[in-house]
Amino acid sequence: MGLRKRSMVAVLAVSSLGLAACGQSSGSGDTIELTIAQNAIAGGKNAAAADFIAKWVIPQFEAAEKAKGKDVKVKFVPSGVDDEQYKTKLSLDLKSGKGADVIDIDGIWAGEFAEAGYIKPLSDVVGADADKWDGWQQIPESVQGLATYNGKKYALPIGTDGRVLYFNKSLLQKAGLPADWQPKSWQEILDAGTKLKSSGVPVPIQINAGTAMGEATSMQGMLPLLAGAGGEVQKDGKWTGASQPLKDALGLYQKIYGGSGLGDPKLQQEAKGRDKSFQQFAEGKIGILMEGDYFWRGVVNPKDGIAKMADRDQNVGYAMIPAIEPGKGLRGQDFVSMSGGALRTVNPNSKHPKEAFELLTFTLSPDALKEETKNGNVRITPRTDVNKEILAGEPLLTFISEKVLPLTAYRPPVAVYPQVSAALQEATAAVVGGKTPDQAAAEYQTKLEGLVGGAGNIAS
Amino acid sequence: MAQATSPPEVVRDATARRYSSDAAGLGRLRAGAFVAPAMVLIAVFLVFPALWVIYLGLTNYRLTGVEAAEPRVVGLDNFVKALSDPTFWNSTWLTVQFVLGSAVIGQVVLGFTIAWLLRDRRGPLKRIVEGLVILAWILPSAVVSFLWVALLDRDGGTLNTLLGIPGFAWLLDHPMLSIIVFNTWRGTAFSMMLYGAALGNVPPSHLESARLAGASGWQQLRDVVFPHIRGHILTNLLLISLWTFNDFTPFMLTAGGPDGKSEVLAVYVYNVALKGGQLGYGAAVSTVILLINLVVAVFYLRLLRSKK
Amino acid sequence: MTRFVLGRIGFYTLIAVLLAFFTIPLLWLASAPFTSDPTYEVKVPDFTWENFQAILEHPYALPSLFNSVLLAVGTALLVVLLAALAAYALSRVRLPGRDVLLYALLLLSSIITGTAAMVPIFQLAVELNLIDSQFGLILILTGGLLPAAIFMLKDFMDSTPKSYEESARVFGASPLQIVRHVVVPLVRPGLATIAVWAVANVWGNFLMPYLLLSDVEKQPAAVIMYTLYTEGGQANLQLLSTFGLLYSVPVVLMYLFVSKKYGFRFHGGIKR
Repeated sequence: MGLRKRSMVAVLAVSSLGLAACGQSSGSGDTIELTIAQNAIAGGKNAAAADFIAKWVIPQFEAAEKAKGKDVKVKFVPSGVDDEQYKTKLSLDLKSGKGADVIDIDGIWAGEFAEAGYIKPLSDVVGADADKWDGWQQIPESVQGLATYNGKKYALPIGTDGRVLYFNKSLLQKAGLPADWQPKSWQEILDAGTKLKSSGVPVPIQINAGTAMGEATSMQGMLPLLAGAGGEVQKDGKWTGASQPLKDALGLYQKIYGGSGLGDPKLQQEAKGRDKSFQQFAEGKIGILMEGDYFWRGVVNPKDGIAKMADRDQNVGYAMIPAIEPGKGLRGQDFVSMSGGALRTVNPNSKHPKEAFELLTFTLSPDALKEETKNGNVRITPRTDVNKEILAGEPLLTFISEKVLPLTAYRPPVAVYPQVSAALQEATAAVVGGKTPDQAAAEYQTKLEGLVGGAGNIAS
Repeated sequence: MAQATSPPEVVRDATARRYSSDAAGLGRLRAGAFVAPAMVLIAVFLVFPALWVIYLGLTNYRLTGVEAAEPRVVGLDNFVKALSDPTFWNSTWLTVQFVLGSAVIGQVVLGFTIAWLLRDRRGPLKRIVEGLVILAWILPSAVVSFLWVALLDRDGGTLNTLLGIPGFAWLLDHPMLSIIVFNTWRGTAFSMMLYGAALGNVPPSHLESARLAGASGWQQLRDVVFPHIRGHILTNLLLISLWTFNDFTPFMLTAGGPDGKSEVLAVYVYNVALKGGQLGYGAAVSTVILLINLVVAVFYLRLLRSKK
Repeated sequence: MTRFVLGRIGFYTLIAVLLAFFTIPLLWLASAPFTSDPTYEVKVPDFTWENFQAILEHPYALPSLFNSVLLAVGTALLVVLLAALAAYALSRVRLPGRDVLLYALLLLSSIITGTAAMVPIFQLAVELNLIDSQFGLILILTGGLLPAAIFMLKDFMDSTPKSYEESARVFGASPLQIVRHVVVPLVRPGLATIAVWAVANVWGNFLMPYLLLSDVEKQPAAVIMYTLYTEGGQANLQLLSTFGLLYSVPVVLMYLFVSKKYGFRFHGGIKR
């Protein structure tokens, strides 16, 4: 098919008025030209990351290469769109042999990109250097797992995160709950919600549900709850169908959104529902909210959050997400969480894979990570040697790094996961919309069978 | 007579006779040369990719994963899957509501009404009304979607403030009504301009004699105006139905939600193809949309021809 | 007499309702850019220039408007030129299969604007070496708009009288001369309308420019508008409302200019 298509296109090309060829410029002489692409853009989405690349990484890296006698020019290719659109563009580029030399992808795309041949094992692309990188020793096994597919490393992880329960301390205290609240079971969350409600809090509990919030429903809702009920979306190659943990998790949704008044079902359906939940938490209208550390860093951050809380450090509390009952969580744990993280890798189409890998590891060197996380821009980096130092003044991130990450779980990095995740979101939407957990679970099982190739791949 | 504004099919015989010798002495060869540049561009950038889409609809091609590397031809599987998927039928039904409500009823009726009200007017009132209607049409959709979110927002929305019903969730409780009214607002300009031009072609003497014969307003419309503008109605219905059918802007207001309650077909394709990465299936649904559009076009052509 | 008065009252009530319907949604665009920390609520602005300051400092905002102008004007010129020639020939000469062809192309143009066509168009652009080329994007956008433009223009052409062309021909004018000096002046408002329609279409197009132009310095305002969000996908209303206003001004100015200079009507200049 490829050949015929190509010749057809060629014929059309000739007949179409001699179109001007405006190809991309490539390196001239000894200069090596590299490009690095992220879904970040100055003055817009992820502006800090874009500025860091443009103002620190590129000049520093070029200087370091010059010192080694190499003339390298790096260009940043910014983007600032929805993740799905970024993914579409990246896929089309990679499929056509284009794209930047160093690219960022979400950890959860690793499987589908690898299967499509869009990314290749680092040892194939850059050779033995990939495994020799000294940074690997500093990255915990579980975080390395983000970048591993079928036992091979496809990328470097560039960070990780964790989910907790945030709460408004003054609202909880007014409802007679302690400021260092730490629920030990789901029932304790519901009890706290009931108390908050009777003390007049409009939205006692917000746990993301529904399809409008997309992956935020899975990561900050369904999956931590599933883990809390002792389940996993996929285990040993088999998918979890309408099992008891799934029904338990959906049951908690029903208890919150099914007429108890503990949550606001409308908020879960709105196109901008997650934004609104942030606003409402900042305005003191939400008591308890399940979110990732992004919420602390980027939402209620008193300096540059999108829903600033001047009294964040005093008034926002956080607690680990409990299992349904102590010891009943995933792997018999008392507490659970979910983690994700982005990856950075070398484009297999790169003309200069060695230099591209150097640039890649340069962005993850201790110096670069320390520089990147300066000025209140702290996040959990993949490197334990760096985390200790940069997280020192950040109580929440230290809490997540030390207490949450050891017991967290990751999503299965397989190609079909995004569709399974969408089906999970639909199941939560069904419960919020009034269906029983059993009905929603059964519908999920049916959809799952269609997605993963029959009931044979589903654990009964 | 304004009959020549009718689309080709309607007046095929008359046209053939009248243009048997063309006025400018173009000749078929030179006419071909005039048409050729447009046709070359259309062939390369429209027909070719469109056929490719139809072909993709027969494969299991995906944006990522194994199927991206090695797509297989799966015959009519995608079509069978679409036709047996309740979500697809839900979207089709919503699209029918959307097209009937916002294009056929909303834009045509409102556009005609404005054109009719302003037909004999000159001066600033006409210019202001027309200008505002056209403004709604030419503003970029990204801007317009923010305007309507601000209008219909649950908490601080202008509409709820004006009506004194804070907290009323238009986009959640009445998503279809919202996008239908929105699209009427958005697209009325085209119909207004077309009917404005058409009404200019109705000879005033005909209207005058009908009025003298004691015809009511409605009778004048039916017996004098309508026969003159039938061709325009056909052109108008064809184009706006086609455009509305494929309009993606509702996505920016409701994202197809809540729970698919406003997921018209264009949004369905977006969700399937871009968000879900199922490009083969999305292409098949696009082909089905094409076929529905074909049926609609043929229906209009028959309807307005038979009434002649 | 009472009937006349009632009619007047009815007329002005109707006009008032229409004006309200078309104006109220626009209020936000008139207030938010001039308000500090704007929300979705329409407030009386405090007339700050901060938001405009922020847009001026934005590295891509103003250049992207220039790119939009380039893309929109290029596409509109090409569409009008090619569509006018084709529509004129199709209107005056009966080429075989003309009607079926026009309808078929019109229907196909709908499939090409859909999301499903992005892969074929992207790969076509790769093969023709048109990726990251504004000229290539103009060709692609033109191809999608041409069928509807030809369809509408042919309608206008059909309604213009042929007697002028006949007499010009008697005086020995060539067909191209006839088109330029006789036909174009007759259908000028129609051409202007098609140009505005094409500009408005290109002006709002996000997906194709985003997919086909990688270089941010070539991307139009529609793409930059989408970047004014934060990491979590929250709209930055301060920048969005202000940029939205700036982004709207050129099309509005163009409409005012065109309607003043050429008239803005859907038919030829002379009625029969």
